Amino acid sequence: MSTTAPEAPAQKAARPKVTILEALHKACHDAFAEDPKILMLGEDLADPEGGGIVGVSAGLSTKFGDDRVRSTPISEQAIMGAAIGASLAGYKPIAEIMLMNFTTVAMDMIVNHAAKLRFMSGGQTNVPIVIRTMTGLGFGSGGQHCDYLEAWFAHTAGIKVCAASTPEDAYGLLRSAIDDPDPVIFIENLPTYRVPMSFELPDSSHRVPLGKAAVQREGTDVTVISYARMAVEARAAAEKAAADGVSVEMIDLRTIAPWDRDTVLASAAKTGRVLIVHEAVKEYGVGAEIASVINEELFGQLKKPVKRLGGAFSAVPYSKPLETAFAPDAGRIHAAILELAK
Amino acid sequence: MATNQYVPDSATLLDIYKRAALLKANDERARKVILSGQIAMVYYSYRGQEIIPSALSACLRDDDSLCTIYRGIHDMLAKGFPLRPLWAELAGRKTGSCKGKGGPMHLTYPPKGIMVTTGIVGSTAPIANGLAWAAQLDKSDRVSVCTFGDGASNIGAVHEAMNLAACWNLPTIFICQNNLYAEHTTYEKMTAGETIAGRAAGYGMPGVRVNGNDAAEMYAAAAEAVARARAGEGPTLIECMTFRFFGHSFGDDDTRYIPKEQKAAAMAADPVPALRAKLIADRIATEEELAAIEAGIEAEIDDAVKFALDSEWPVADDLRFDVFEKEIAA
Repeated sequence: MSTTAPEAPAQKAARPKVTILEALHKACHDAFAEDPKILMLGEDLADPEGGGIVGVSAGLSTKFGDDRVRSTPISEQAIMGAAIGASLAGYKPIAEIMLMNFTTVAMDMIVNHAAKLRFMSGGQTNVPIVIRTMTGLGFGSGGQHCDYLEAWFAHTAGIKVCAASTPEDAYGLLRSAIDDPDPVIFIENLPTYRVPMSFELPDSSHRVPLGKAAVQREGTDVTVISYARMAVEARAAAEKAAADGVSVEMIDLRTIAPWDRDTVLASAAKTGRVLIVHEAVKEYGVGAEIASVINEELFGQLKKPVKRLGGAFSAVPYSKPLETAFAPDAGRIHAAILELAK
Repeated sequence: MATNQYVPDSATLLDIYKRAALLKANDERARKVILSGQIAMVYYSYRGQEIIPSALSACLRDDDSLCTIYRGIHDMLAKGFPLRPLWAELAGRKTGSCKGKGGPMHLTYPPKGIMVTTGIVGSTAPIANGLAWAAQLDKSDRVSVCTFGDGASNIGAVHEAMNLAACWNLPTIFICQNNLYAEHTTYEKMTAGETIAGRAAGYGMPGVRVNGNDAAEMYAAAAEAVARARAGEGPTLIECMTFRFFGHSFGDDDTRYIPKEQKAAAMAADPVPALRAKLIADRIATEEELAAIEAGIEAEIDDAVKFALDSEWPVADDLRFDVFEKEIAA
């Protein structure tokens, strides 16, 4: 070791070190410290059970007590019901449904109850809960552990849907979701939890308003609209396209429902060429809704038909080549950008 | 069965009767109003099941919560849902408790603890646990009641909820109103095991089957469960045996699936007149006093129905409101 020259300190400082996982962990701790009405429940999330399977809730039960931070049986309907009920009595529960595919066993609670109670009660009750759930392919977990099901929830009036692609946004969106008086489903991406992306953790006042997209890169030739891990891939593709002389405006929706029409339409009007990318199956996906609104609002101003990239119309496959073929990546996004720019 | 210490006194029995008489009269009026064409609504008559919520509610406070189901107007009225906003909601009017947005299957009235009415079988139980958890966190002795039918005892959500309630020692009271029919299917045919109450043992909580049509027996079981929950001793499942007189949904021809003799016997043993006769026989009230109470109820219902029918309808623009806290842009 002594024979190896130490890395130059300046170089070391320039490398990002903060991850989305750390940002989420801090967001939970900060929120719990500020508001005693915030609760968390879900499978394995208290410290005696390991503090959550990826550690977002690590330390919470020790610090804030096992009244407020509760591990549960593997009972998604019971988890969601308990969150809804406590929220009706003035608490702000964060329910962790470990994997997004497991929301399917609690759809009645989420869709028929959490999303609708405010409306069906004529505004007498409301359900200020956050459903944290993780998903995303890349680890070969096959057809029931990594689906992106955001379109199902976006299609349901009364529930908001978020997904972050940077630590700053993960922090700010989760804090805003907790603050929100209505149910929010907060989708976390498993493969990018531990990717260092930022230099510092946000401070506790940082918020990202729900319903507000981020223009992560300004450009003039092609608008790329994405979210979650596909935004990470799209940023890399945009970088590569710039080297090819194509100027990409990169929008991360951050809130999938309700989505930021103003930002998207302004960019689409500017570039006239739009690519929408998501990991979820393309057919009937979020991209279809966005493309449709762009067509309704900007028909005649578009230089090319709106293009979509999404998951294949199959279950998420296991085998590596199939899994790679299933979803868009930076290479395919880059190719689509160049095609649109022609 | 009423062997515990909770014996209703005369005042309590009279209180139970007042509630039951209101429930009976309101159901009779609802069916009449539907048949008259004044209000078109889906209606699940609870006629025959009045004693259960009347005796239960005699043990409850306004701040105790209730989650009930589409066949649940009896539960709500017993808990104090006022008649005007109830009827206006049934009529789909803007003055309804839910501004006409919920209707008969989603009636809600938080000032009386009526927090959720669901049209989904079994979904009261998981949500009731959350209200019970909140009471526990508040260090309050509030209790959380969920009611459901015998059919719901076979859906997973109820079992997940009973397990969680027991694990967390929640003040949740599970009231199963066993009216012997899950929609059109008999209880015996589709429910394994001797009793639904017996399933409580699997979750390590007390479970008791009572004659839900008997005011004293129903009160005793409810009072004991409420006392246990208030004292922090956890959940209870009460299976209340009863019968519904008018089929699954009002208008369905139950002669297709309910034996004539079974229904005739149940109606002959109508629990509301039975309690009325008992009050008179035991000199708790006189015929005149009860008749005056009943006349008062009819007048209140008259007023509420008139109020509902005279009220304004909601307008299309109302759809933008109450989806989220902030209205949807026009």
